[in-house]
Amino acid sequence: MQDFRLALAQVRPALGDLEHNLALHLDYIDRAVADGADVVVFPEQSLTGYFLSDLVPDVALRRDDPRLEPLRQASRKIDVIFGFVEETSDHRFLPAAGYLHDGEFVHVHHKVYLVTYGLFDEARDLAGGATVRAFDTPFGRQAMLICEDLWHPTTASIAAADGADVIYGLSSSPGRGVAGGTHELGSAETWRAINRLYATLHVGYVVHCNRVGFEDGVNFWGGSEVVGPDGEVVARAPDFEEALVFATMADAPLRRQRTRLPLRRDENVTLNGLEFARIAAQRHWLDDG
Amino acid sequence: MTAEVDLRQRARRGLDLDPGLTCRVLEAFIRDEIEKFGIQRAVVALSGGIDSAVSCALAARAFGPDRVLAVLMPYRTSNPASRADAETLVDQLGIFSTLIEISASVDGLLGELDDDPSPLRRGNIMARARMIALYDQSEAFGGLVVGTSNKTELLLGYGTQFGDMASAVNPIGDLYKAQVRALAEALDVPVAIREKAPSADLWVGQSDEDELGFDYETADQVLYLLIDEMYAADDLVAGGFDADLVHELQRRVVRSQFKRRLPLIAKLSNRTIDRDFRYPRDWGR
Repeated sequence: MQDFRLALAQVRPALGDLEHNLALHLDYIDRAVADGADVVVFPEQSLTGYFLSDLVPDVALRRDDPRLEPLRQASRKIDVIFGFVEETSDHRFLPAAGYLHDGEFVHVHHKVYLVTYGLFDEARDLAGGATVRAFDTPFGRQAMLICEDLWHPTTASIAAADGADVIYGLSSSPGRGVAGGTHELGSAETWRAINRLYATLHVGYVVHCNRVGFEDGVNFWGGSEVVGPDGEVVARAPDFEEALVFATMADAPLRRQRTRLPLRRDENVTLNGLEFARIAAQRHWLDDG
Repeated sequence: MTAEVDLRQRARRGLDLDPGLTCRVLEAFIRDEIEKFGIQRAVVALSGGIDSAVSCALAARAFGPDRVLAVLMPYRTSNPASRADAETLVDQLGIFSTLIEISASVDGLLGELDDDPSPLRRGNIMARARMIALYDQSEAFGGLVVGTSNKTELLLGYGTQFGDMASAVNPIGDLYKAQVRALAEALDVPVAIREKAPSADLWVGQSDEDELGFDYETADQVLYLLIDEMYAADDLVAGGFDADLVHELQRRVVRSQFKRRLPLIAKLSNRTIDRDFRYPRDWGR
């Protein structure tokens, strides 16, 4: 991969206010550019807010919507990864992560695993994506996943097998679990474990960008971080507060760690493909109980 | 499979709060969810009990003491010690306070009744009289009402709907009684408030635990295991909890569900408020 300077924009979007959130993005982008960043990453649904319910059709955007023009323009100065709700030509609404470079979308990932349990109800209002793909950027091959996608370890495995050196996870993760004897949020503890595990086992960078603020009493805890290929935290934003933090994403640690721990080289993608195909074909016995 | 797990131990650990982290979230909650509505002030009904003391202290931290109004609303039979404790807290926090006696309005209403209302009815009338005064002060002070109902009493339905359960934002509604106590200590709530027996103080000598028929510590544990950990009642009984108590608590939760929901709307149209017209409260904020 090419070395680059990354900015994590740990923002506090307003719920359902595109205009406000667009201005918020442009402000953070300006600051990231001023600090010499090559890429700036925002959280899940950074342009719309998270608990939308019936607001979904009001804030969903087509990829060619003129309201995205300021972000497209900004991406001529810096690559922009942001979260929105994409409306398809057949009027489905999908949680999306877009990678803008030089005025164009290089890639859009749609959240595969919609979360509809506990405090979540996404599948009521949104449609899920059907692919996980790595894609080429000016800085190397990368992948984007969205929040619940990362709670399914196979998504990160696919991204890594597809050659992503950097996996971006865009989140709107609600903070919960203030008891139980630990001294951080239960949700934060799990996320940090996930990020560290994927970075270590896939021997690559994991970038987790989470938002802050409240929606209808639910807090989002922030704590955005970059974990390096050796599982060490490269950069971390504070919990609960808006922040713009920077990280140097370098190839040298990647080379060093892959030399010491060639897990990626040894990954048996053919075996995975064959076995998953077999299991998928046989799954009817699971579905039928 | 035998569940070789000490449920009491599990409940104790699950209820063991990190007070610093919790305060941080709750201060931000009060500030954020009130400021969104263009308001930077809070109004709290301060009884002298531990729940309202905690809500007051959190509000004072969220906005600073000069933006918080504590409303003291004793009835003539209220324990004078409650008012004294409330005043101690007001002085300690440096917040504004106002005293509104509800005796005249409550007695006026009671005098219009042609029967002798039960203690429950009298208690409800007092709680709702306080709500009227509190919401008036909310308008007068220009602050939103910060609630004081904890998770234990909300689950048990041990509160008056449209009375003490009324608020704009409630920082402590997801904290069991024991957790409120832990938070009170971290917030330096005076010992007198922390250590007295919990009481709704609706009649002389009333005690929550006497009236409920069980102690809060056990109730917290049972509710935590049933609600948060999703154990079945049978698991709890097998784990050594008293069967009658577990079932009584479970019945109370079911019976009081209506109190925790908005009034039912008869569905007629294709898009009914809160059923298929589903917008967040923080719509556009």
